[in-house]
Amino acid sequence: MENEYTPLTTSDDALDSQSMLINMGPAHPAMHGVIRLILKLDGEQVMDAEVEIGYLHRAFEKSAEQGNYLQVVPYTDRLNYVSPLINNFGYVCAVEKLMGLQVTERADYIRVIMSEISRVCDHLTCIAATTMELGAFTAFLYFMKAREFLYELVEMVTGARLTISYARVGGVKADLPDGFKEKTLSALKETRKTLKELDLLMTRNRIFVDRLAGVGIISKEDAIAYGITGPFLRATGVDYDVRKAEPYHVYDRIDFDIPVGSNGDSYDRYLVRMEEMQQSMRIIEQALAQMKPGPVCVSPSAKEIPGAEMVDEAKMGKTKGLMELGAVVDPTLEGTGKEHQKLIYPSGTPNEKKVMLPAKENTYGNIEGLMNHFKLIMIGHGMAPPKGEAYFPVEGGTGELGFYVVSDGTDRPYRVRVRPPCFPTMAAFHKIIKGGMVADVIATFGTVNMIAGELDR
Amino acid sequence: MNIIELIQNKFPDLVVSTHDQCGDQTVVIRKEGIVTLAKFLKYDPELDFNMLTDLTCVDYLKMNQEPRFEMVYHFYSLTKNHRLRVKALVEEKSPEVDTLCELWPIANWFEREVWDMFGIRFKNHPNLKRILLYEEFVGHPLRKDYPYDKRQPIIGPKN
Repeated sequence: MENEYTPLTTSDDALDSQSMLINMGPAHPAMHGVIRLILKLDGEQVMDAEVEIGYLHRAFEKSAEQGNYLQVVPYTDRLNYVSPLINNFGYVCAVEKLMGLQVTERADYIRVIMSEISRVCDHLTCIAATTMELGAFTAFLYFMKAREFLYELVEMVTGARLTISYARVGGVKADLPDGFKEKTLSALKETRKTLKELDLLMTRNRIFVDRLAGVGIISKEDAIAYGITGPFLRATGVDYDVRKAEPYHVYDRIDFDIPVGSNGDSYDRYLVRMEEMQQSMRIIEQALAQMKPGPVCVSPSAKEIPGAEMVDEAKMGKTKGLMELGAVVDPTLEGTGKEHQKLIYPSGTPNEKKVMLPAKENTYGNIEGLMNHFKLIMIGHGMAPPKGEAYFPVEGGTGELGFYVVSDGTDRPYRVRVRPPCFPTMAAFHKIIKGGMVADVIATFGTVNMIAGELDR
Repeated sequence: MNIIELIQNKFPDLVVSTHDQCGDQTVVIRKEGIVTLAKFLKYDPELDFNMLTDLTCVDYLKMNQEPRFEMVYHFYSLTKNHRLRVKALVEEKSPEVDTLCELWPIANWFEREVWDMFGIRFKNHPNLKRILLYEEFVGHPLRKDYPYDKRQPIIGPKN
């Protein structure tokens, strides 16, 4: 261990051994603009390497301590910006665990469906980037096409493609829109078709296999010692998946397999990701079949009228009984969901369960809703989990994504810590590329699926 | 099997307190014993904590808690599928903890991050330098007395 780190310098005998220090990144296109590798080369061979990160540090953890609990959710969108929904759910689950809050069944199913859509997007992007960096630009466009079908679904549900902020403590922002099920099933069909084409194009492609097989190998023991999780660990043959090991949401009701590799090389990671996408689509189909109508956030049910009518009545002063009603609005405008207009806190609900913001129609339409909203938004009044701490792991696109939240009993998180899944992989990266060729660094780096947003936070 | 009881019986003079809030089993220990405990956790066949999932720190300055810092370690066992949180108490006067690099190489980067963000030193660490920020940065930003809106000039790498 003492010998693991030696500063990289060209020593006196450098001329004899012909070694050379070279910077790869941060302005290298294959380093995604945010990683600096310092390579010690002997010809084409990597003798030693050092990884430097931090180019995309945006003080996520410090920023999270400044606002209230809900204000952290938009920041989590920017962690893993390829699958922001999983980050959202990971964070709110940690806060819910801290509060001892049980969300509704439908909310759990929605979380499963949206997480899996995100996971497929994540894997598609990862493989797409890898293939493009290896020169297969056509395949890249095929992957982007497949991802587009899924991004359309995300857009349909959340109203945004990337900065989605869809999760809320206690549920999700809004219910699934009408026609979501049909659209999803047809999107999955299209994705499967595209993946099949890609499978024919890439999996047995001689050039592609030669570039990936036997490259970037990590042993099972090393991967565990470095705390690597996700497809990277599974490619070495360990069947660890948080969804199976500690089922959260409703993953325990769904039947799916965990694909594992055997060699721990880049090609195995590619195969594991390809199979995981098929499994994710299986999960989505099962969840869609199993889920039942119901509230999408912790709240009682209410009678529904169109949102515009509700606002009109309130403007005319007809507010009697208005707080008992629910408003039907466009899904992207919905404050918190259809089921939940009767001012969220029926008498007898414990104080710390005051978590959901009222629907926008209530906030703008009647005084109760406005007060309700005000009480949750004002500094010092919002949702305040009891003093304590909680760690919640979810299976992110790249591995175990953990949120460790410490509360001091006020309405602001005292400390929010993210355990970024690609951080351990990048910590082990110098070891993986050592001894290989400099061109293989690109192929290996692609299969790490390094997302700088969560690596540097 | 109750992990907390097992550790309490094994190291009675090391454990300060325990709790299992929200179902997370937690042991709070004196920082001197972290390597001893980590070794036990890793090599004991009953526990077999082969993975160091996370390592971080919390500054309790604003909560008026003594001592000021707590190192937080999250362990996970792939074979037994259980988790444990170990917290080591660190005083403000001597912010120094033994490194776990020899047991888990991932501790190298995690500890560099804690040094970067909280200014806690790790004894015998092979390469203790900043990881997310640059060497010329003054202060440790995740400490509670570091102002949120403080600005510093960004100085790029020298070579």
